[in-house]
Order: sequence, then structure tokens, then C-alpha cells
Amino acid sequence: MIDHLRYQTLKPAKVSYALVLLMCTSLALLGAYSASTMEQAGHIITGMDNHTVWGLPHVFAVALIVTASGALNGATLASVFDFSHYKPIARFTVVFAISLLVGGLVVLILDLGRPDRLIIAMTHYNFRSIFSWNIILYTGFILVCVCYLSVMMEKRFHHHITVVGRIAFVWRLVLTTGTGCIFGFLVGRNMFDSFLLIPLFIALSLVMGLCALAMIMAMLERWNATLLSDELLHSMCTLLMLFSLTLLCLSIVHYMLNLYVPSYSQNQQPALSGIYSSMFWIGYVLAGVAMPLFVLIKRPFATATQRLIISSIFAFIGCLVLLYVVIVGAQSTPKVLFPGKTIIISRFGDASIPVYSPTLWEWGLSAGGSAVAVLLCLVILRVLPLLPEPQK
Amino acid sequence: MYTASSKPTKSQTARRHFLKRLGVLGVVSAAAPVLLSVARGADKKSTGIKSDAVSSKHRWGLLIDTSKCASGCDACVRGCHAEHGISSTGNDHTDAQWIRKIDLQDNLTGTLSSLPMMCQHCKTAPCVDVCPTGASFKRADGIVLVNKHTCIGCRYCVLACPYKARSFIHEPITDQQSWAPRGKGTVESCTLCVHRVDAEEDQQPACAVACTNEAHSAILFGDLNDAESEISLAIEQGQAHEVRSDLHLNTGVRYIDL
Repeated sequence: MIDHLRYQTLKPAKVSYALVLLMCTSLALLGAYSASTMEQAGHIITGMDNHTVWGLPHVFAVALIVTASGALNGATLASVFDFSHYKPIARFTVVFAISLLVGGLVVLILDLGRPDRLIIAMTHYNFRSIFSWNIILYTGFILVCVCYLSVMMEKRFHHHITVVGRIAFVWRLVLTTGTGCIFGFLVGRNMFDSFLLIPLFIALSLVMGLCALAMIMAMLERWNATLLSDELLHSMCTLLMLFSLTLLCLSIVHYMLNLYVPSYSQNQQPALSGIYSSMFWIGYVLAGVAMPLFVLIKRPFATATQRLIISSIFAFIGCLVLLYVVIVGAQSTPKVLFPGKTIIISRFGDASIPVYSPTLWEWGLSAGGSAVAVLLCLVILRVLPLLPEPQK
Repeated sequence: MYTASSKPTKSQTARRHFLKRLGVLGVVSAAAPVLLSVARGADKKSTGIKSDAVSSKHRWGLLIDTSKCASGCDACVRGCHAEHGISSTGNDHTDAQWIRKIDLQDNLTGTLSSLPMMCQHCKTAPCVDVCPTGASFKRADGIVLVNKHTCIGCRYCVLACPYKARSFIHEPITDQQSWAPRGKGTVESCTLCVHRVDAEEDQQPACAVACTNEAHSAILFGDLNDAESEISLAIEQGQAHEVRSDLHLNTGVRYIDL
């Protein structure tokens, strides 16, 4: 089927395209300004401190990275699993995945204490550090995606698509595993120290990637692209339900199971019944899972496109909330320094629950990175023929 | 009027030049070692650093006797801050906390105790493992440090440290000490006063000195690898514990009566 498809560049003739570009550029500039201000004044202008060391920018950076990994599914479903209705969007999803990863890395790098030392991060590797491996995985992901796109775009190399697709599929799984490992093996933090975070991050990437694909495809549909066929819509709706339920199951198991581990039990309270519980139950479980499932199953909207878009928006926001609870919530639990003893006095607040609220600079940087991802994707789509021409 | 015999020949001139140069070379050769030794002496005087390399023959550590540590006394914290040019900005959550005092109550017996908490200089340090650039490193003698030139400020080590002993610097820093370079956007922690440990004259870390000056003597510094050292003997005699021994980090800082 792929050989019969003809591709075109994005040729929007609508004001909305210019408005989206303008909005993304403005947000990207806001992100650059926020990063520059943080660089000059230091992280003192953020809500982060020595208790909550990774805040909102990390939530967005990780979200964009796992979304990139999940978005690539659009292409691998076609190449590896031979789902023919995903073939028209395969090229586009590869570019979208690259753009999302770049956006995530932009946030991650600009949130460093010394972003000017990026070259050190690229040249000094500690191979005992999973972070180092992730730097290699991220760079490799972009390279694999470029190769994948090349074999898809060049007819002579079409016979390599399945092989390269399989490599891309494995790479994206390893990448998400690596991202999960960043948090999953921190012995000093009980809330992070769980191997369950690895499958949880993989499930998170599947949901977020699918939702992001659905949202951007709906946006492109408004211009001159025809991406969402009936078959594709049906498949995406089904997958969204499956992925969402898997993620819900894993997250509930992650939090509930630890309640049975005596030394962990009191630490799980901030997520289940503590300061982040409303975010978890209302933001994630209710809005991020129950709502999309209701929309997809009960069908309150007339068209499948509407149902997919509405449920994707809710599920994506729900996943962001879950990531916030996982990353920030885990840092809010006091460390168990002295089992069997109670800390009475500590100037550093060893016994108290730290309160974190992100500042405007962190929102600016996070929004800026997300805008860079969308902007980059739209620019590449404008230049390269990656969108399928309408079938006549 | 010059006679033929008084006028030096070409070969005589060349010999003289050769002898002159030989003389200069001899003087310089004789003076060089003297000059070098003077220069080396001046160098030694200016740094005061031990000439022998850091080796795994030693493993420096601290033994803290909590029964001697007084609640409300923060002499060790003040001593550390004065030594390293650490000043408070008024926000304890973003200030550098190289060492902090913690008061505890035993849940079973209700016994109260007080202790200083700092980098535990673990043998298998999580901060060293997770650092992507290798900026966090452990010296052969067990002291865990941060290379300020390669720290990118990712804060992964702050997240990984089980003791909350690492601090990210949130603001520009002024009035630094030359022996304790610090910088905004990087991570730092207790260096076990490495500049004192490396000094020619055997010196104790500032916290131990401050504690002794307050007549508490709750902090004992020494070589854990030397079976005859005061610290090793004290560990052997007393009930020395590692904080979070369940993590098997083999800490260089031990506590008595914890």
C-alpha cells in the first residue's frame, strides 16, 4: 500500500496556521527568556529547592520524551506489526517523535544548573550512571528516526523498512525503560525505588504518544491534511482504552502494593491520601482515565473524531498529572534516615513535608519546550513531503 | 704597533670563547639546583600540601559519639561554615547544608539524642554512581568530592543521596575561600575538609576542631584503615553504627549510641 501513497508538504492557507505558528513562536521565546533569567539569577527564582530538586520542568521534559517514544508507535505499528491503516501517517509520526524529543531535551538542558556546560555532558560519560546511558539513548533515538524516515522516503530502500522499524521499536522501548530506570533505582528515595516504574513509564509513553498524535493530527486535519481514516480512528480509540487501562492498573499497583511494605507504607500517603492525593484521584484517575473511557465507551459525541480528540485531551492531561505526582510527589515524602526514631528538630526540615509550587519561570520554560516541539514539527512538515495526499 | 706574536690567532680567539662559555655553563649548572630547590621551597611554603599522592592506604572517616553531642549546640555547623565561607541567605531550604544538626527521639524508649549529619563519604556512594559526567567522585582515600569544573548542575546526585547531604547552589556566591571553590548552579557537600587533610601539618576537619573547642569532643577524625588509630580502636570498642546500614553503603562516618 505504501508504494501507492503520494505525499505532500503541509500547505495551509488558513489564518489558524499562522496563529498556531505565532503562538508557538511566542511561547518558545517566553521559554528562552525564562531560561535566560534562570541562568542569570540562579534557580532561586524557581519553586525548586534542596528538598524538591526536580520540579515542573522535569515533569514536562520527561513527558515530552516519553511522548516522543510513544508517538513513534504510529510508524512501528505500520512497519513492524503491519497495521496498514497506520502506513499513511508513518512518515509524519517519525518527524513528530523527533520534534517531541528535541522539545523535551531543550527543557531538560535549559533547566540544568550550568546549561553552558552541555559540551561536558556530551564528552564526559560515567557509564555507571543511567543518566549517561539516557543521553546516548536520546541521541541514538534521533539517529534511528532519521534512518527510519530515510528508508521510508527513498523507494530504493523500502525493503529495509521492516528491519529499521524493528530497530526503532526496540530502541523506543529501551529509551522508555531507561527513563523509568532514572527514577526506579534510587535507593535513597523509597517512593522512587520501585522496578514497577519501568513498565509504568512504558505504559505512560503509549498513552501520551497516542494522545499527542491524535491531537496534532486533528490540528493538521483542519488545514489540508487527511490523516484520520475511519479505520485509523477506530484503532486509535481502541488502543487508547487499552493503554489507559494498563497504565491505571500499573499506577494503582505501584501505589497500593507499597502500602503492604511496612517501611514504605507511611511514605505512600502523600500520593494516595496526602497533599498530592487530590491530584492523583481527581486529576489522574477521574479526569485522565474515567473521563476518556466514558467518552470512548458511552459515546456522548456524535463523531469518532470528536470522541478521540476529547478523550485524548483528557487522557494526556491526566498523564501529565500522574507524572507530576510520580516525580514531585515522591520528593515530598520525608526520607527515612533513622528507622525507629522520630526527628524532633532539624533546621533543614528533615521531618516536614516540603511544599513545592512552580513559579512563572518554570511554566515559561516548560511551555517553551513544548512549543519548540510543535513548531519544529510544523516547519519540517512545511518543507518535506510527509503528509499523505488525499485519495482521489 | 702589534707584533705578530702579540696578536691572537683565530684559533686562540675560538678557544677563549669556548672557555668563557664553558665557565658560564658551569656556573649556571651549579646554580640551577640551588635555584630550583629555593623555588620548590617557596612553592611548598605557599601551598602547604603533602607531596605524597592520595592513596588507598588511608580511609579517612569520622566517628561521632552522640552521647557527647549536646542538643542546641551547633558549634560544628558554625565551624564548617566559617571554614568554607558558607553564609545563610535566610532560606534554609535553598541554603547549602554541608552539615546540619538533628535531634532525635527513640520511638520505643523515648531517649533523646542529638547528632550532626553530613556527607557520609560512602564507599559505594550513590551520588558517584548516578553522576552523568563523573563530576561526583571518590578519592582513593575515601573522600567523596564534586569536581566543580565538570558538574553540570543536573541535581541527580541530590536526588540519589539517602542522607540529603548534598546541596544545589541556587544563588550567586560571594566571599569564597580560595580552598573551597563554590559556584551557582553546581552541587556541593562536605569535603571532610580535604584541604586540611591534605595539608602538610596533620589537621582535623573544622567541625571536629569546633566540637573539641566547645569541650564536647563528640567528633573524632582518623584513618579507618589503620587498625591502631584512635578512631579504629574506638569503633572496635564502642557500638558504632552506620546511618541506614540497610543500604550497605559502607559509610566513612559512623555514630556511637545511635
